Amino acid sequence: MMANRPIAPHLQIWKWGPHMAISILHRVTGDGLALVGLAVLLWWLGAMAAGPDAYATFQTVMGSPLGMVVLVGLSWAFFSHMMSGLRHFVMDIGAGYELDTNKTWSILAPLLGILLTAGFWALILLR
Amino acid sequence: MGNGTSIGRVRGLGSAHEGAHHWLLQRFTAIGNLVLALFLAVSLALLPNYSFATVTGWASQTLPATALALLIISVFWHARIGLQVLIEDYVHDAGTKFGVLALLNLATIGGGAFGLVSIARLALGGAA
Repeated sequence: MMANRPIAPHLQIWKWGPHMAISILHRVTGDGLALVGLAVLLWWLGAMAAGPDAYATFQTVMGSPLGMVVLVGLSWAFFSHMMSGLRHFVMDIGAGYELDTNKTWSILAPLLGILLTAGFWALILLR
Repeated sequence: MGNGTSIGRVRGLGSAHEGAHHWLLQRFTAIGNLVLALFLAVSLALLPNYSFATVTGWASQTLPATALALLIISVFWHARIGLQVLIEDYVHDAGTKFGVLALLNLATIGGGAFGLVSIARLALGGAA
């Protein structure tokens, strides 16, 4: 009975906006970090604990072009998730719900995430 | 309290007084992640190189090892809560949901424990 009720065609009819995009981005980056990021973090810690050979394997894989794509992707996911998470903290205290303010930070948060990612890698590669 | 529709069975019972628990834990662990993951990111960016000796030399000191251990606890807890919400949103069959949530608990608690033991080996000098 429940399964046959009419449901809202919610995924088809809404116009895309920055608010829903950043909400989806927050979930995608968070779950990506949880599934891929934590695996890499554990491999790194486990490789250090296991010794130089295991660490060398980790370094070879993560230093390869594909590994670098994963590392840059994870750092981007972290900084994006951090910025959209900080946006959530502001909204948790009841601020930032005015339409134009909300839209502005929905656009700025992911852009700041990209900037922080670029700054992070610039710090590593240019020092 | 009625016994007909689902809303009728709960109407008038008031709040369960524990609805915010999960929500608050997600925020508390988020604050932990913010501080500890930034500490890791900045520390890694400032290391002179990424050789085995340099990185393990850094990670085995008391302060970094403490921060790494706390990061593991905070981030695995946060990930467990976040993935639980994902599962609850998209896995609707009760039996499957129970199984996936059980797997999630095994993976996050097991993964967190592995991380903590690895850090302990480094910090306490058991590593090769």
